[in-house]
Amino acid sequence: MTATGQAQRHRPPGTTGPGALRCTGLRYSFGSTRAVDGVDLDVRPGEVFGLLGPNGAGKTTAIRVITTLLPVPAGMVEVFGHDCARERMAVRRLLGYVPQQLSADSGLTGRENVALFARVFDIPRRERADRVDAVLAAVGLTESADRLAGTYSGGMVRRLELAQALVSAPRLLILDEPTIGLDPIARTSVWEHITRVRVATGMTVLVTTHYMDEAEQYCDRVALMHRGRIRAVGTPEELRTGLGRAALAAGQTAADPSAAEPSATGPTVTEPTGPAGPTGPTATAPTLEDVFRHYAGSGLDGRESTEDGGDFSDVRRTRRTASRVG
Amino acid sequence: MSAVPAAPRPASADRGPAGTVPADSASDRASLLLVPPQPRRGWRMVVNRMLAMCLVELQKLRHDRTELYTRAVQPALWLLIFGETFTRLRAIPTGDVPYLDYLAPGIIAQSAMFIAIFYGIMIIWERDSGVLTKLLVTPTPRSALVTGKAFAAGVKALIQAVVVLLIAAALGVSLSWNPLDLAGVAVVVVLGSAFFSCLSVSIAGIVLTRDRLMGIGQAITMPLFFASNALYPVALMPGWLQAVSKGNPLSYEVDALRGLLLGTPAHLGLDLAVLVFAALAGIGAASALMGRLAR
Ligand SMILES: Nc1ncnc2c1ncn2[C@@H]1O[C@H](COP(=O)(O)OP(=O)(O)OP(=O)(O)O)[C@@H](O)[C@H]1O
Ligand SMILES: [Mg+2]
Repeated sequence: MTATGQAQRHRPPGTTGPGALRCTGLRYSFGSTRAVDGVDLDVRPGEVFGLLGPNGAGKTTAIRVITTLLPVPAGMVEVFGHDCARERMAVRRLLGYVPQQLSADSGLTGRENVALFARVFDIPRRERADRVDAVLAAVGLTESADRLAGTYSGGMVRRLELAQALVSAPRLLILDEPTIGLDPIARTSVWEHITRVRVATGMTVLVTTHYMDEAEQYCDRVALMHRGRIRAVGTPEELRTGLGRAALAAGQTAADPSAAEPSATGPTVTEPTGPAGPTGPTATAPTLEDVFRHYAGSGLDGRESTEDGGDFSDVRRTRRTASRVG
Repeated sequence: MSAVPAAPRPASADRGPAGTVPADSASDRASLLLVPPQPRRGWRMVVNRMLAMCLVELQKLRHDRTELYTRAVQPALWLLIFGETFTRLRAIPTGDVPYLDYLAPGIIAQSAMFIAIFYGIMIIWERDSGVLTKLLVTPTPRSALVTGKAFAAGVKALIQAVVVLLIAAALGVSLSWNPLDLAGVAVVVVLGSAFFSCLSVSIAGIVLTRDRLMGIGQAITMPLFFASNALYPVALMPGWLQAVSKGNPLSYEVDALRGLLLGTPAHLGLDLAVLVFAALAGIGAASALMGRLAR
C-alpha cells in the first residue's frame, strides 16, 4: 500500500550551490541540559526532510536554533548559505515557520492573521489582498477567513498557520509537528497542501513528526535524532534496508528473503507478500518504526506506541477513506 | 482523486499543480504565491512594522470593544469621586484652577500609563501563546518589533485618552479644543505610553513569567502614580518625594498635558525632551531584553 508513496518520491536535481540547510556540529544547552549535542545535517534544496525522534530528543531546540530564535556561534548553521548568527534577517526572509505549539492571534480574524504576516514580510500593498486570498484558498479557509481565529478548531488553526508561513513564498518551510492533534482527514489535507506548494515552487521542507507513516510517505530523507544527536540519516528505504541487513548479520532475522537483498537499489516493498497479512508489520521486513525503536531504544513511551504502533494500519485505512471522501 | 500528486518537477513551476487546482483563476492566484517579496530596508521597514503593529491593535479593538468600556470605568470614577470631592473640599491648593480641571490631565496620563504597563503582560501572553515567537522569526529586527509594539500601546492609550477627555468635558472641565494643543496631547500621550510599555516589556524580559510581571506591574504603577504631580502639585510633597517625582517621566507627561489642555504654565520643551529621551531609552532596553523572551 505504500508503493504509491515510493513512486511519488521526489529526487532533487543535482545540487549546485549551497545546501538549503547545513548544520555543522550544532550544539545548544539549556543550563546543564544538552538539548542538541553536535548535530551535522545537510538538507538539499527541494527535498522534504524529516527529523524524527522521541520526546525530548532535541528536535524543537534544533529548529529554534535554525529559526534564529536561540543564539548560536557563527559557522554552526547556514540557510541557503546565510549564516544564522551573522545574517539573521537574510535567513528569516527565507523561512516559513510553523511552531509545535498552536499559535494564532485569537483576537484577529483568520484573514487579519495572515495579512499581518504578509505585511511584515514586505509584501507590497497592491499584491497583499490577492496573496492573502490565494493562500487562504490554498489551505481551504476561504469561508472561515473572516471569523475570529479564537473560534477555529485546532485543525483550522494549523492550516491558518500554514497560510501564514506560506504567504511570503518561503524557500525553506520549517514545520514542527504540523499534524499533531489533527484528525486523519486534516492530517492528509495538511500534507496535501504542503506537497502542492512544494510541487509548484520547489520549496524545501524541514519537518518533525512522531508519525512514522507520515515520514515514510512524505519525506524524501529522514534523520533519526536521539538525546541531541543524529543517529541515522537516509531515505526511509535506506534506513529500513540498513536495519534489515543489520538484523540479518546478527542472525536473529525475520525469515523474509526480500530483506536479504540489501545491495539491490530498490528492494523492499513494504507490502508483505507472505501469509502474515497487514496485521503484523514486525513479522516481515523492518518498518520505519522498527528503525525508530532500534535507534531510540524502546524510547517510545506508552502513549506513542499505542497511538502509532497499535493502530498503524487503522490510520492508513482511514487515510485512504479520507482521500476518497475529500 | 489521488491523495498524492504526480512527481514534482520544480523546473515547471509556472505550470501550477495540474489536477489539484480546478479553475484557471485559482492557479493564476496561486502563482502569486511563488514569488518572494522585495524586502524593505532601513527606516521604511521600521515604519512598516510600526504601522502593522498599530493596525493589529485597532483591529483587535474593533472586534472586541469591551476593553474600551471597562477601561473607561476607573478614570471616570477618579474624576467623579476623587475629583468632585476634592474640588468641594478645596484641600489641595491649585491656584485659580478648579481641582477637577487640575486632575483631568493627571488622570489621562494615569490611564494611559496603566494601559501601557499592561502591555508588557500582553507581550508575555503573546509569548506563551506562541504568537510572539512567530513574529520573531519574521524579518523584523527586535528593535523594530519593540518600536512597533510601543507605538501600538500608544494608539491604545490615545483612544483611552479621548474617552477620558470626553468624560472630563462632560463633567464641565474647561479644556482647550485647539487642534494644535490636541495634536500636542496626542504626541505626549504616545511618547509616555511608549516609555511605560517599554518599561513593562523590559521587566517582562527579565522576569519572564506573567505572574511575576503582574505582581511587579502592580507594585510599580501606584508608586509611579503617587510620586508624580498627577494628583497634587509637587510643591506639596516632602523633599524626598519631590526628588522621586523629578525622575518620574509621568510628571513630565502630566506637566505637558496640563500646559496643553489647561494653558497653565508648563515647561513644554523640557517635558518633550524628557519624554523623547525616556521613550528611546525604553525602546533600547526593551529591544535588548526582547531576545530573552524568544528563549
Ligand atoms: N526552555 C527550556 N528550558 C530548559 N530545558 C529545555 C527547554 N526547552 C527544551 N528543554 C530541554 O531540551 C531537551 C530537548 O527538548 P526539545 O523540545 O528540543 O525536544 P523535542 O525533540 O522537540 O521533543 P518533543 O517530541 O517532545 O517535542 C529536553 O530535555 C528538554 O527538557
Ligand atoms: Mg518538539
